[in-house]
Amino acid sequence: MKQTQADSGAVAIFGATSDIAICVARRYAEMGRRLVLVGRDDAGLAALAADLGVRGAAETAVLRADFAHLEDLPALVGAAWDRFGGVGVALVAYGVTPDQHVVERDSSAAAAVLTVNFTSPAILLNELGRRFEEQRRGTIVAITSVAGDRGRKSNYVYGAAKGGLQRLLQGLRHRLWSVGVAVVDIRPGFVATKMTAHLDRKGMLWASPDRVATDIVGAIARHRAVCYTPGFWRLIMLIVCATPRALFHRSSL
Amino acid sequence: MTETARSDYLSWGRVVHASHHVVRPSTRDAAARCLTTHDQSVLGYGCGRSYGDVGLNPDGRLIDCRGLDRFIAFDRETGILSCEAGVTLGEILAVVCRPEADGSGWLLPVTPGTRFVTVGGAIANDVHGKNHHSAGTFGCHVLSLELARSDGSRLICTPDAHPELFAATIGGLGLTGLILSATIQMRRVPGLAVEAEDIRFGRLSDFFALADESDEAWEYTAAWIDCVAGGRALGRGIYSRARHAARRGTPPPPRLPKVRFPVAPPFSLVTPLTVRAFNAAYWRKLGPRGRSHHVGSYEKVFYPLDAIGEWNRVYGPRGFYQFQCRIPPAGMRDVVAELLGMIAASGQASTLSVLKLFGPRESPGLLSFPASGATLALDFPNRGASTGTLLRRLEEVVMQAGGRLYPCKDGVMQPATFQAGYPGLGRFLTHIDPGFASGFARRVTLLPMPG
Repeated sequence: MKQTQADSGAVAIFGATSDIAICVARRYAEMGRRLVLVGRDDAGLAALAADLGVRGAAETAVLRADFAHLEDLPALVGAAWDRFGGVGVALVAYGVTPDQHVVERDSSAAAAVLTVNFTSPAILLNELGRRFEEQRRGTIVAITSVAGDRGRKSNYVYGAAKGGLQRLLQGLRHRLWSVGVAVVDIRPGFVATKMTAHLDRKGMLWASPDRVATDIVGAIARHRAVCYTPGFWRLIMLIVCATPRALFHRSSL
Repeated sequence: MTETARSDYLSWGRVVHASHHVVRPSTRDAAARCLTTHDQSVLGYGCGRSYGDVGLNPDGRLIDCRGLDRFIAFDRETGILSCEAGVTLGEILAVVCRPEADGSGWLLPVTPGTRFVTVGGAIANDVHGKNHHSAGTFGCHVLSLELARSDGSRLICTPDAHPELFAATIGGLGLTGLILSATIQMRRVPGLAVEAEDIRFGRLSDFFALADESDEAWEYTAAWIDCVAGGRALGRGIYSRARHAARRGTPPPPRLPKVRFPVAPPFSLVTPLTVRAFNAAYWRKLGPRGRSHHVGSYEKVFYPLDAIGEWNRVYGPRGFYQFQCRIPPAGMRDVVAELLGMIAASGQASTLSVLKLFGPRESPGLLSFPASGATLALDFPNRGASTGTLLRRLEEVVMQAGGRLYPCKDGVMQPATFQAGYPGLGRFLTHIDPGFASGFARRVTLLPMPG
């Protein structure tokens, strides 16, 4: 695959051992890119780095981080940024799917979910935004969710965090447009990953992480603002969001 | 780790429908832990490409190994590849087997007729390919393997370290423990592309003449047999042979099939009528000259069926049986003729029938299937009792000839057939991990039936 000027430079992945992130990292490894892998699981990061090396990555670096430690995030972004002297693509891919019933009752669990799914990536994206603004090129990508498009009873705490992140990305995109930095909002539907292993995954709506990774790499190459993956979710969410409240409230979504 | 009850873990023949408790670890450590935390029997599962019940553990646990999909190291100088057991051969081709500037490159030393199998499955069934007569089995090229056992141990097995367990695990049907990773000696070829020839032949004796003529100079050989043809045309078919073309490169085949068979139809599309029509047309595909020659990708030569994903659905809801036997060299011409005669007379044959001569290279595996002689592989749509009767009669002929059946293709073999066919069985038994089981192992009474 040919590299263009715009997408050259290191790829930094925050939450690199998530299933979707692994698939994205492999795509970039095969393009011969340099990768900075940031995550919590030491052994998983080392194994991923070796795998990416065999697959053709020019170089890999591993940074261990706990994304719930908000005060560490600015230094973490600095370390990732400096590892290969700048970043071409930054992908923020971490998050947790909580049990809605638990977070409705347990406020500390709700706070933890909101921290990891919103506050932490928001701080991280802000730090990244400042550096990309100075660099005047590159792409910032974050994985949100279709759950952020409309609040519903089965997952609104998670949905609120992801919806907040969508709004933050929207603002960041507005801010960085004038310096030529793209901000991409990836909104996956149901993806069969470790994070959703506890759910009943039968049905047509479930996609593989590999399929989602293909869409993500494509959206980054084309500087798409918002990317639903698989693409049919754009239509589903259009209908979900357009459904009148009176009708929506009768559904069990 | 989450364990779910699943009824959709099938083998390729789609005959056995069973419930399994499935866990899908994403690291080797997690996979090893799955073995020690339970008292229910367990078996590793890969891509589900074995045909019968060697890869299933009905009402027991399966460890879906497809999450163990990381490469560990590849040395471009020596061609030594280490990877986790869930890496598929197709992925190895895509990542490691890209042509260099002069067209040469590293290639899988042995590959079966599908690239959508895992490394763990290729070792556990000691698979072979069209180059068996020159390269032996997959297990001949395994330098080491990492095995997790239900007693919590984790062993690196090589021909020198734990040599007996190494030999038992190659072709060991997944019963000696869970293969976590392996190191394989890849093969250097002067050109990744192949020069391939197809030659039509009119009777069985022509097959043996072509095989004699080709085995030296052509490293990949196999023949398609028209199993419908009887009488003087018995054993007619198309002989395919190929060898690497020096200085000609070719990109790896795609990671996924180009098209998929969308749904299983409510009945089998493979009927005596469609088979007869297909075989008649296929036998004539080479035109009046009866020969074709081309140089290019190995994809069509090695993996003709991989172009259509889930082609096994063509057999409908009842699925199909595969039968693959190996006949020792002495008297093999007569035995193959007898088998083909019975199949043609039965009217049950399918289109996918392959005949090949194995070479003398021995596998380290105690239960390895290939050995000198002929191998015949066929599909039979599952038509219930009549199919069972035919398979039993074929099995009887193979037994009488001192041959054996291939466990990963088998769905009906009798315990006595298995015991007679595999003289290494006695040595193998002591290496079975007591925490492991499979439908096959119970069926051939390697293990007691439950209850």
